[in-house]
Amino acid sequence: MKKFAVIASALCMLAAPLAGIAASPEQDLKDFRKYFTSRFSDVPLQDFTNGVYSIDKASREQWEAFEDFPPYEIYVDKGETLFNTPFANGKTYASCFPKAESGMRQDYPYFDKSRKEVITIELAINECREKNGEKPLKYKTGAVAHLSAYISYKSRGKKGAVNVVDTPESIQWYERGKKHFYAKRGQLNMSCADCHYYNAGNKVRADILSPALGHTSHFPVYRNKWSLASKSGDGMGTLHRRYGGCNKQVRAKPFKAQSAEYRALEYFHTYMSNGLVLNGPGVRK
Amino acid sequence: MNTNRRSFIKSSAAAGALGVAVSAGLITPRAVMAAWPKAAFEATDVGAAVKGSFGSDAMTESGDIALKAPEIAENGAVVPITITSKIAGTEAISILIPKNPTPLTATFNMGSGAAGFVSTRVKMSKTSDVLVVVKAGGKLYSSKKEVKVTIGGCGG
Amino acid sequence: MAKSIKVRAKVKDGETVVKALISHAMETGVRKDKKTGKKIPAHFIQEVTCNHNGNTVLTADWGTAISKNPYLSFKFSGAKAGDTLKMSWVDNKGESDSVEAKIK
Repeated sequence: MKKFAVIASALCMLAAPLAGIAASPEQDLKDFRKYFTSRFSDVPLQDFTNGVYSIDKASREQWEAFEDFPPYEIYVDKGETLFNTPFANGKTYASCFPKAESGMRQDYPYFDKSRKEVITIELAINECREKNGEKPLKYKTGAVAHLSAYISYKSRGKKGAVNVVDTPESIQWYERGKKHFYAKRGQLNMSCADCHYYNAGNKVRADILSPALGHTSHFPVYRNKWSLASKSGDGMGTLHRRYGGCNKQVRAKPFKAQSAEYRALEYFHTYMSNGLVLNGPGVRK
Repeated sequence: MNTNRRSFIKSSAAAGALGVAVSAGLITPRAVMAAWPKAAFEATDVGAAVKGSFGSDAMTESGDIALKAPEIAENGAVVPITITSKIAGTEAISILIPKNPTPLTATFNMGSGAAGFVSTRVKMSKTSDVLVVVKAGGKLYSSKKEVKVTIGGCGG
Repeated sequence: MAKSIKVRAKVKDGETVVKALISHAMETGVRKDKKTGKKIPAHFIQEVTCNHNGNTVLTADWGTAISKNPYLSFKFSGAKAGDTLKMSWVDNKGESDSVEAKIK
């Protein structure tokens, strides 16, 4: 990948998403937001974090019925227990995440300048475990999703605050994620943007396509569909689980959860929802 | 399945007295309840299911039963249903899904002070009416609403 | 056994609204395990009971068509804040759980 010189955002206004030279992330964010708030002009900005339910009344009613006592609460509880259960060495996750109780998700994912890579919550959870002599967890379901659910729950009310513009390397990761979002892939030759940007609000069979603005705010997510696939009814899944599912749906080979590609995508994707109030975990179909 | 339960004929008087015994820890809930109505739950047609639950399948449609259910279910495995019965003396509310392999889904028996209100989430195998039967004053009343169940596209 | 029932009970103007979320597979017995091809045995809650001050407030008979991780809400009068509500369930395998919650 080419290294891009970072030009002050006021000067660089190229809009074409697939062009080699990028508009600045701040301008991308502004344009992204403007596109969705214009497309769905009667949806208040903060409501975009409710996805499809912000743009479709009928499904919103069902979702509100779920939110009356949402199934993810079972897994937030499990996550809380896991968070507070000491490792074999006596320490707990709090030693790695001192801010968890007061809300930390708004800072994730973040670009680690010394390691020159994007760190996500799930990656950080496993690094905490390995640092304390524990085996890593699988990245898409189960314990990592429960821990992530607890962390998200404690972070409700905080505004997404992913930082991108610091260094050339962080811009690179951002650009890689942005490229993934707009690139066509798979046998169906579709990009994330084809559904969630250009066709947000339209239907694919019986489903309404959710706007990408506000996408990441409610993760990890309890999906009714995933709960059916789980013997115990555990419908929790991480963002990378969903990325894999979406790639598969356009018949593209999915990347591995926590691969550089998905972390880059998460970086871009989450940054686009900066300023929106976090409301995870969420319940979806 | 546990076959050691004693059978009691359910009546509101019996439920009260037995309820005291339950909370005193003298009798476990399993022994108190009439045995789980297996025949009603395994019945494949609505009439047999209602008869198995209430002893009769003679129902009158009533506008005093508010049934809230989505027109199109987002996911047929979890369909939120809310029932409010304004019929005085509502003793029991039963939910049936005629197009399910076995229509009887649940029966709720109102105890002391309980309102004719219940909300839950049900599984529907395909588009079907949701049929609600209310028992009040020895009679059966009904209300129904169709819920469409589709195959999802990418979210489903 | 870890508590499988989460209950919230609030009283207002003499009426208590109870909401419960139960962690249970509610397996119908009709589905097949994708890996083995064998049917996953039925495992579902059959009876739910709710008591207050020695009175049975609600009993429910459930079949397999109640959703996984079932939700239940009902209302009753005659309780006041600080009272205890008890909810219990029994499933087809004879397993059970119960919980006590304060009415707020």
